[in-house]
Amino acid sequence: MRLRLPVRGPAALKVLAAAAAAAAPVELQWGSPARERAPPGPGAAPTLELESGALLFSPNAICQFFFLRRGDASTDLGTQWLEWEATELQPAATTALYGRLVLGRTMAEAVGVLREPLTHMEQSLARTGTAFLTGEAPSVADVVVWGTLFPVLQEESSVPAELPALRTWFRTMTLSDPCRAAADTVLVPTALSELTSHLRQQPGPRGAGAGAGAGSGSPAPSPASPPEDEGSERVLTEAEIAAATDAWARGAAALPKPWRPQTPVLPVEGMRNILITSALPYVNNVPHLGNIIGCVLSADTFARYCRLRNWNTLYVCGTDEYGTATETRAVQEGLTPREVCDKYHRIHGDIYAWFGISFDYFGRTTTPKQTIIAQDIFRRLLARGFLLQDTVEQLRCQLCCRFLADRFVEGTCPMCGYGEARGDQCDKCGKLINAVELKSPQCKLCKGVPTVNPTEHLFLDLPKLQQPLEQWLELSWASGHWTPNARHITRSWLREGLRPRCITRDLQWGTPVPLDGFRDKVFYVWFDAPIGYLSITANYTDQWERWWKNPEQVELYNFMAKDNVPFHSVIFPCSLLGADDNYTLVNHLIATEYLNYEDGKFSKSRGVGVFGDMAMDTGIPADVWRFYLLYLRPEGQDSSFCWSDLMLKNNAELLNNLGNFINRAGMFVCKFFGGTVPSMVLAPEDKRLLARVTLELHQYHQLLERVRIRDALRCILSISRHGNQYIQVNEPWKRIKGGEEDRQRAGTVTGVAVNMASLLAVMLQPYMPSISSAIQGQLRIPPDCFVLTHTFTCTLPHGHRVGTVSPLFQKLEPERIEALRKRFGGGQAKQTPPAPQPPPAPQPPQQELAIATGNSPEVLAPHGKQQ
Amino acid sequence: MAAAARPGPGVEELVLLEKLLGLPKGSKYGVQGERKVPVLQTNNGPGLTGIMTIAGYLVKQAKKEQLLGSTAEEKAIVQQWLEYRVTQVDGSSSKEDTRIILKDLNIHLEDKVYLAGNIFTLADILMYYGLHHVMVDLTVQEKEKYLNVSRWFNHIQHYPGQNTEGCSSCGRICGPFLPH
Repeated sequence: MRLRLPVRGPAALKVLAAAAAAAAPVELQWGSPARERAPPGPGAAPTLELESGALLFSPNAICQFFFLRRGDASTDLGTQWLEWEATELQPAATTALYGRLVLGRTMAEAVGVLREPLTHMEQSLARTGTAFLTGEAPSVADVVVWGTLFPVLQEESSVPAELPALRTWFRTMTLSDPCRAAADTVLVPTALSELTSHLRQQPGPRGAGAGAGAGSGSPAPSPASPPEDEGSERVLTEAEIAAATDAWARGAAALPKPWRPQTPVLPVEGMRNILITSALPYVNNVPHLGNIIGCVLSADTFARYCRLRNWNTLYVCGTDEYGTATETRAVQEGLTPREVCDKYHRIHGDIYAWFGISFDYFGRTTTPKQTIIAQDIFRRLLARGFLLQDTVEQLRCQLCCRFLADRFVEGTCPMCGYGEARGDQCDKCGKLINAVELKSPQCKLCKGVPTVNPTEHLFLDLPKLQQPLEQWLELSWASGHWTPNARHITRSWLREGLRPRCITRDLQWGTPVPLDGFRDKVFYVWFDAPIGYLSITANYTDQWERWWKNPEQVELYNFMAKDNVPFHSVIFPCSLLGADDNYTLVNHLIATEYLNYEDGKFSKSRGVGVFGDMAMDTGIPADVWRFYLLYLRPEGQDSSFCWSDLMLKNNAELLNNLGNFINRAGMFVCKFFGGTVPSMVLAPEDKRLLARVTLELHQYHQLLERVRIRDALRCILSISRHGNQYIQVNEPWKRIKGGEEDRQRAGTVTGVAVNMASLLAVMLQPYMPSISSAIQGQLRIPPDCFVLTHTFTCTLPHGHRVGTVSPLFQKLEPERIEALRKRFGGGQAKQTPPAPQPPPAPQPPQQELAIATGNSPEVLAPHGKQQ
Repeated sequence: MAAAARPGPGVEELVLLEKLLGLPKGSKYGVQGERKVPVLQTNNGPGLTGIMTIAGYLVKQAKKEQLLGSTAEEKAIVQQWLEYRVTQVDGSSSKEDTRIILKDLNIHLEDKVYLAGNIFTLADILMYYGLHHVMVDLTVQEKEKYLNVSRWFNHIQHYPGQNTEGCSSCGRICGPFLPH
């Protein structure tokens, strides 16, 4: 839990005291929050970031949370004190403090302001005869009230003598350990001037100096409202309006021709050459929504954007196919590993095709090219002295004549005694197990008893590579976009110091190790799998080295979920740095957080959740899935897939906002102007709109250049919102029935609106390619207009003929969504009970499962016990 | 935007809440002080004071504790928005205050169905009551500007059956809060 304290004031005092009193483990941060996470309410309020990613910004709620977390129940009396504190005490205390610090009033005057609430407390304490506000033990109410009073009163002697019960209470609280510690932390000598200057910046509290802050009920000086400079809210300059008008007039002829690369796409001298990969999904799992947004969909959206920018772009991905899991699956399904891979590779391919993922090539890791390239890197590492050899104790089945990988052993858990523990983990107690520690181990294939034998393995000498790695990282971080989580995870790996990592395994299904003494072994997946990026490209083009050994010309973007970061930021770069062959190393590492499902945790064992193939037969179009997943993209923090929210976003944003605008614009052209774009005479209002749209477009570029995919989507929705408002205000459907001037106005508004729709079609293409092409068809937008620049120009001029216009989106009904929720919730969702209306009281979703984004950890994660 | 402090807030909406919760009629309410803070007479003790406090008590009486949140996190979030309601919303006295509230809420609701995320709680009910007079007076432009708040308000008021027929003359999909 991260607790942020912007100002050393009463709010900081109470939350710190509460954290100490309830023993809450908080990570303290002083200073203002980042703008994007600024909470509502007073700007100087402390914030607590909860594990769910939610933010508490009310000091009282934060205090309450600490006590609830500890197990204290909330009582009516406690709530009443908290409410009283917020509505009665705080306004008065703020006035008193403002008077003391800013206006230089005396303590007596300050206490005078507080007279009424202090008397209320005295009466209550005296009446109940208890030591504390809600009973004989201090509760959250005491801490909250004390935190507000202490900065004003400071000393027990400030409490008027005729309030003895209050005096005693105040002394007891002030002397308690949590309160004393909080006061020592918060009210350091510099704090007073900090607080004074903070109060000075606030408008004076209502009724300051006019006695108790009664009347207004406002708890604090209202926050200085931030200047309206954010995005579309800010005021346009004349220069911006003039520039937008000029750009508009230049028309489609001013657009650059869309770049159409040759196949295969190869780097071009003088162009921006962008190489995009998304983490290779493990072949024997059907990808779920989390995998899709974490890797392939994010990378696809960005690749499409790059192509629209006329950047020379190659996007490759493929299935990761070697490893134990495939061998185990093959045994289960009675197939060969090759047959298993063929089967699942096709399933993956079909799902991504359905989602409209625009790979330039979707390959696989089990190819001869993989063997050639992986063995080459291995030999180079060996030659340069970056490999170590060591002996590892491992189970060997004499009957099968093989060393047993963890998943091929079962036995009794050494920790809990569970009889069917696996070689790597016990399903019952969840503890990680080292296979040789299993009691009465059994070979999973023949049920024979394995014995412990020493076996030789090879290790990558990471400690030797740490220094070159750090040098390279410094450069990459200075020039590239790495998401904060990627930097953070990498830093923590480096801080702990790198250890040698085993790169070989006793398996058959893998890339053979080309070294005597190791011929019966294969490379461990995490060494082998990232090399898949290179070999997959090699299967796409013989000139793959022009992408992968060309750091001067190529910019590499890796997309993944955060669990895959170390393999892309530490281990794979070490392999490539050690192999020393002028490899292209990652410039931009884009990692997502996790996508949860209906606020719950992922339960793979129960086999529930929304998977790629199921999404196909929900009847919800792929583009709506794309939209919602991108709208939710866990950028910066985890997010949750929620059926009712999907419905809401579809109905509110796609149907009501975006679809509504585009449809109306096209429909007006058809209905009022016979399908031909009318002539436009721009009024000042229209020019302002052009500038407004241009501003959003700039924002969209700025965000996408930094791969803030989710945030950039808001710009699109914001443009259509401006468009809807423009139509609402100008009412072309009324003006078309008016005189000459009104009809011209209707024409201008319709023309500008349909051109905005045309721009939206292009901006939308990375997010919703089918919808984009549907708009293109309906409005007959020339293919050459599908290029993105920083200007909004008139692409559908007077005289342009549009096609047949029809609605783009369908409403999702609650019944249908409820049915889907039940279907995918593992049959555990309960019927929403009949609720009083309005408002109703729907039950929280009952089923609990989350989807980990990206690949399951074993894709690239070694089990790490052979080190 | 009319946003004058409402006279004697509280008792009326607590009676509405009782009805909504399916509680029997007949509670005795009084008011206290200049701000007319509601007071509920209970069988024992000095009664309960304040909207948050009484509303929480009523919810428990009606055995609908889930409206207060089930985990510590949810409970704290509900508490926070109830407090926001009784301090910021009830304390607003100018257009500027109302604007800030709508702006805050609009940002907060951008990625949420309800105030506490994906669960419907007492915070939604009290915020709905507290903002009703503001929402019904918003202009078309303001509704567009505070789209997430409009959406939330609409959702609370009209769940589950919204009217979203396309309008025959303007093509707009008209809901109660998106008139053409």
